[in-house]
Amino acid sequence: MMAGLPATARARRSPAAIAASAPANSQAGRRAADRSFLALCLGITSLTVVILAVLLITIWNDGHGRLSWDFLTNFASRKPAEAGVKASLWGSIWVCAICALSALPIGVGTAIYLEEFSRRSRLTSFIKLNIANLAGVPSIVYGILGLTAFARLFGMASADSPITLGNPESFFYLQLPFGHGVLAGGLTLMLVVLPIIIVSSQEALRSVPRSLRTGSLALGATQWQTTWNITLPASIPMIMTGAILAMSRAIGEAAPVLVLGVPLFIRSTPTNLMSDFTVLPLQIFNWAGRPQAEFHELAAAAIIVLLAVLLTFNAIAVVLRHRLQRAAG
Amino acid sequence: MNAGPSATMTNPANTSSPNEINLRKPDFQSAAPAPNGAPDEVAIRADKFDGWYGEFHALKGISLEIPRCRVTAFIGPSGCGKSTFLRWMNRMNDSIVGARASGTLTLDGEDLLSRTRDVVELRRNVGMVFQKPNPFPKSIYDNVAFGPRLHRSFRSSDLDELVENSLRAAALWDEVKDRLKSSALGLSGGQQQRLCIARAIAVGPEVLLMDEPCSALDPRSTASIEQLIRELEAQYTIVIVTHNMQQAARVSDRTAFFFEGSLIECGDTDEIFTNPRNKRTEDYVSGRFG
Amino acid sequence: MQNAAAVSTAARSAAAASRRGTARSRAARDGTERVIRGALLGCALLSVASTFTILVILLAQTGQFLAMPEVSAWEFFTGTTWSPLLGAEKHFGIWPLVTGTMLITAIAAAFALPVGLVVAIYLSEYAPARVRTALKPVLEILAGIPTVVYGFFALTVITPFLHDHVSESFGTYNALGAGIAVGIMILPIVASLSEDALRAVPRSLRDASSALGSTRFDTSVKVVVPAALSGIVASWLLAITRALGETMIVALAAGGLAHMTANPADELQTMTAYMVQIFLGDAPAYGVEYRSSYAVATVLFAMTLGLTIVGNLFLRAFREEYE
Repeated sequence: MMAGLPATARARRSPAAIAASAPANSQAGRRAADRSFLALCLGITSLTVVILAVLLITIWNDGHGRLSWDFLTNFASRKPAEAGVKASLWGSIWVCAICALSALPIGVGTAIYLEEFSRRSRLTSFIKLNIANLAGVPSIVYGILGLTAFARLFGMASADSPITLGNPESFFYLQLPFGHGVLAGGLTLMLVVLPIIIVSSQEALRSVPRSLRTGSLALGATQWQTTWNITLPASIPMIMTGAILAMSRAIGEAAPVLVLGVPLFIRSTPTNLMSDFTVLPLQIFNWAGRPQAEFHELAAAAIIVLLAVLLTFNAIAVVLRHRLQRAAG
Repeated sequence: MNAGPSATMTNPANTSSPNEINLRKPDFQSAAPAPNGAPDEVAIRADKFDGWYGEFHALKGISLEIPRCRVTAFIGPSGCGKSTFLRWMNRMNDSIVGARASGTLTLDGEDLLSRTRDVVELRRNVGMVFQKPNPFPKSIYDNVAFGPRLHRSFRSSDLDELVENSLRAAALWDEVKDRLKSSALGLSGGQQQRLCIARAIAVGPEVLLMDEPCSALDPRSTASIEQLIRELEAQYTIVIVTHNMQQAARVSDRTAFFFEGSLIECGDTDEIFTNPRNKRTEDYVSGRFG
Repeated sequence: MQNAAAVSTAARSAAAASRRGTARSRAARDGTERVIRGALLGCALLSVASTFTILVILLAQTGQFLAMPEVSAWEFFTGTTWSPLLGAEKHFGIWPLVTGTMLITAIAAAFALPVGLVVAIYLSEYAPARVRTALKPVLEILAGIPTVVYGFFALTVITPFLHDHVSESFGTYNALGAGIAVGIMILPIVASLSEDALRAVPRSLRDASSALGSTRFDTSVKVVVPAALSGIVASWLLAITRALGETMIVALAAGGLAHMTANPADELQTMTAYMVQIFLGDAPAYGVEYRSSYAVATVLFAMTLGLTIVGNLFLRAFREEYE
């Protein structure tokens, strides 16, 4: 069979001959490995589903008995029967609003700079590297930054005798340093979610076809006119989806707010940017940390409220994503 | 082996080629005066123009003249530098890292490459149509009005008139006049490309650069764009890059053949296609390579 | 189609009409452009400023802490006793907190890294489209649940389960319960990022493997996973970083006793849990205990930053492979 081959190849065996000479692996064995791996996959994947189900069911069982209109409209109390989440719910809403209003422009602005305006320079790559690293910073460390920068203004003004502007009763009351008011809380959470918003906005901008930008530039539009009229409108649904996910992170954060030193027991809702506040996750932490079962029920009920808020956020994100897909297709 | 600046215009109205009998452009003498009324017949002039992308020498010593209110076609195999050269004419290469040029490139005698040149004003004056239709995800009306709104503030009646005339000039008005407010993305490929032409026309340019404007279109749309190009040349200096030699023969008065970054030959289209002076040009136009 | 004369007439009218409006000034346009560019650069520099400020705050406070008479730098970095709040003699040796953090992270990683990878392989290689669309939201919900909820879950479900079904030695606070909860928290990170890495592997590679007679198991484990390894490792490192910095779960479920232990049934304290204890007000501001929390934060920051940098290097290698 090798007679026709040149002399150099004659001494060698054909690949088929070598392959045939090796002992065969058991086909049944390989198929069994395939099947048992699939079983492992299915088992482990269902485990994650079971974990989620157990988590949601136990929390519902623990907490739903405490849910009532009163629970939403009462302040926290030493007596479990009278306790509610009014202060922390409103605190969360205020803090998240401030966080969104500050993080969105800054985050999207950063993304626009990096994607549309920056030239390839050392500064640009340093900023990019920096943002990638910020995403890995633990949120409690951001709490320390917020405490020093916002709550204490680097110690430039004394916290005991702050510089005040306006009437403490009015909405337009400001003091320096901010202390542990909602403004300090919102800005601290802004630091936490900024990397998330920047990265998702960058992806959104990158998804806009290059040809639209060149089309606009060729008509004599400046870089900013192109960004404002063409690129940004085309990427806004994706930017909003990312922003909402970032907000749901912000609303669930407890550690950075805790570091600010907010009072754990509050019986008022915020009235201006300097008002004391607490947030839902911190209220949950407070209740969950107590040994009595009644407070655990309160914690579970507050978790249900928190998850309901998050679910609303995510539903909005899903609707936006659908609109985006419809617009694209 | 450059044709060089010596390749001046001859009157193309007297020449004829078999495959463009039905598409004769209006007579040269009766053509409308150039928008700027410049006496010079040459709109764009390149002299010993070199272009680089980083270390890559993309264009080597290009010297040629592009006549006013005529269609000039750039032909040549892929990567020969013809699109790059086109993109220098409205400085679209500015946004490409490492792109630089030397030599002379002028429009109406003014330096195109100068650092102090207002690129925005230049692009208003030199419109561009791209390979793939790229309408903005806006209404038909807003697509056309986009450019004018950038540069000037219009009364709305003036803007309406401008949009209508631009769409008429792109031979699209009759097809879209009832749905100006609907999305431009709902148009067919050929309609989208004519919309992009209307969009370019609306800013009032003197020159229209077309980078393979028909390569993404079906034959029927291609025919309508080609007819439009012939009709627009009375008003605009048109430079078209094309891979399709029949197209170059059908629509252009002048043809420039590029090869590996150099301008091999430039002359009247009939001349280039029927009696090329250079062997490589002859091989290319007769389909022996490329 | 219109005739040629109509087109050129329209073109001429369009040219005339385009000059009718009031021209905008170049100076104003260029000025606006410059101002906006500056503002956007300002936004981008804010993130650099926040990194810089974090570094300055942490290093300055740590320096002041180490300079205090009660503290020695040598003890801080090598000591194995951490007792800042107890009685007469205070000890500031960081290792009990570091080992506590590491034990929690190790438990979480031992659970989440393999489980997350298997889920990712299933989603990317095995799951039919319908199952996939049903499972993705499960992961998204798990990823979106606030960590304080996992802390509550550890306290009220995992720990009682361990106590009742595994060993009586698991008390109210223990490392294993907290570690598993942290593992559940980081599981979706591993699963979705690893899945992205697996899906980025070109189809042709799978086809080549199948054409050689591989089973799906052979293809997944011997071809696709190795090809996506750098992305998978990057997802692991990111997940570990999150576990190191996790605060609320360990503050609720791991306890408050700083000591060196390898027993998962023991109560222990992590770096983050210590910081919570201090900032909740157990120590007077600007005292030595208070300052010690900044020193702990510095150590934590250094650890997470190191891991993030390594993870980004892996990710860069991964991107180069497929672009």
